[in-house]
Amino acid sequence: MENSPALEKTSINVVQRKLGSTKKTRRYQTAVVYVILILFSLAFIIPFLWLVSGSLKSSSELFTNPGIPKVFHWQNYTQAFSEFPFFLYLKNTLFITSMNIIGSVISCTLIAYGFSRIEWKGRDAVFVLVLVTMLLPFQVTMIPLFMLFQKLGWIGTFLPLTVTPFFGNPFFIFLLRQFFISIPKELSEAAKLDGASEFRIYWNVILPLSKPVIMTVIIFAFLASWGDFIGPLVFLNDNSLYTLSLGIQQIMSVNDPRWPLLLAVGVSMTLPVLIIFFVLQKYFIQGIALSGIKE
Amino acid sequence: MLAKRRNLLNGLLFISPWVIGFLVFTTYPLLSSLYYSLTEYNAISEPIFVGLQNYKELLFQDDLFIKGLSNTLYMVFVGLTITTVTTIFIAVLLNYKHIKGMSFFRVIFFLPTLVPLVILSILWIWILQPDSGVVNSFLGLFGIEGPGWFSSPTWAKPAFILMAIWGSGGMIIIYLAGLQGISDSLYEAARIDGANSFQQFFHITLPMLKPVILYNVITGIIGVFQAFAEAFIITQGGPDGSTTFYSLYLYQNAFQYSKMGYASAMAWILLVIALIIMFALFKLSKKWGYNG
Repeated sequence: MENSPALEKTSINVVQRKLGSTKKTRRYQTAVVYVILILFSLAFIIPFLWLVSGSLKSSSELFTNPGIPKVFHWQNYTQAFSEFPFFLYLKNTLFITSMNIIGSVISCTLIAYGFSRIEWKGRDAVFVLVLVTMLLPFQVTMIPLFMLFQKLGWIGTFLPLTVTPFFGNPFFIFLLRQFFISIPKELSEAAKLDGASEFRIYWNVILPLSKPVIMTVIIFAFLASWGDFIGPLVFLNDNSLYTLSLGIQQIMSVNDPRWPLLLAVGVSMTLPVLIIFFVLQKYFIQGIALSGIKE
Repeated sequence: MLAKRRNLLNGLLFISPWVIGFLVFTTYPLLSSLYYSLTEYNAISEPIFVGLQNYKELLFQDDLFIKGLSNTLYMVFVGLTITTVTTIFIAVLLNYKHIKGMSFFRVIFFLPTLVPLVILSILWIWILQPDSGVVNSFLGLFGIEGPGWFSSPTWAKPAFILMAIWGSGGMIIIYLAGLQGISDSLYEAARIDGANSFQQFFHITLPMLKPVILYNVITGIIGVFQAFAEAFIITQGGPDGSTTFYSLYLYQNAFQYSKMGYASAMAWILLVIALIIMFALFKLSKKWGYNG
């Protein structure tokens, strides 16, 4: 017991020595981490650079030169916009995308409110059903949905893609509910004492506090519709209704498409997403991190 | 009592859009496809009831169905495993305390997920082009003759795995968020006990990351079973059926061969597979003391 200060000292020395040796290896370790990260980053970034450079090549150069174009064919872009119904497909895509955003925000905020801010019997059991549908592959319901929409006369119209968002999306409901639950109950109770109805609380208390998560839902709904392929493929059986994704695929499936023009359309279609990402980055990252962590 | 009843009514009112959607766009389709799966139906003439014929044919006579299922399982067991290891590896590196510019790297790894599927597919047709693609040109620098990728029955699936890794930024972000949630004090304690980086990884990082891994693996498996656009656009299931994946074959039966009944039986088998996966998820998350 008397020599405990000394013992303490030696043990501190041991710890310090151990930490000291990690400090020496730390510089080496950091360097290794940097090298690996840079190599991986290159592998992730090169396909992007290739897409841009490919969109500026001539058709023949595309087959022979994987690097930077010798001559920049900017006319690929103007040709792509004029020879390909780019603006019609863009208009269709924007319409479907906006309807998905509007429908999802309205329906999912209401539904998530019902699953989080009101206590009712059986609520959590019903919510398990929402989680189950979240994991249900689209292909499971695709065929009967097609038949249902056919009976309703909706095939060959935008309706299958623009009406369904108004009935909720399980993933968005889940995200919103997680956020709504974290808002203190006292806020609702205070409003209730003032005689506010549930809808008033939803509208005046919860929605204003939920702007960040609603932003995340808007972004995810945008991404889902903007790049959706199978939905338009199954339901839009009419050339004049095609979205950009479906239109591009139809053009590339004919023999000998003019690849550089398609790549130019590809760049034009990816660019808006990148811009939105850079402007609203924190909502993307938050939303994705939230989906995996807070279960 | 009155308040309880009012809450119930209000609750149901708020979730009513979901209830309607669930009944009309999920439950009804599920039940009607169960019926169609017992019929021969070409979407034009009336369906003919054939009992379990479609299921028997699928499971015992249709080689392409078995191939589609095994291709898909290959993508789960080989593809998803490789993707999981790679994404955890990248996330661990990104979480390394002593590097600057972590948010820059994070953006780089996330960017590919923003490319629309169709563009992604066109891009990779060219990146993996056997003669002049970027990958084979790069391999050529070292005197290696690159494989035929999408045109080779052996290499087409690995090509799709490469694509999947390139598009796995979402998983990386989720793992990174999970790693950031692990308390530093755990690592400090381990370091003082003399644990090296590998021991720390296997005894702290991996166990603490379990719930996140579980989430990513489950959504990953469902994602593999749903994957359709890439194979539809790039290979149409070829060469030699090597990329006939479950969803692609289902779509082809329904909309290219007009075998709606047959495809509905496939949809129901898929539903059973999905339910088994979800059941396993709930069991596992309970076992790990984790409330799903």
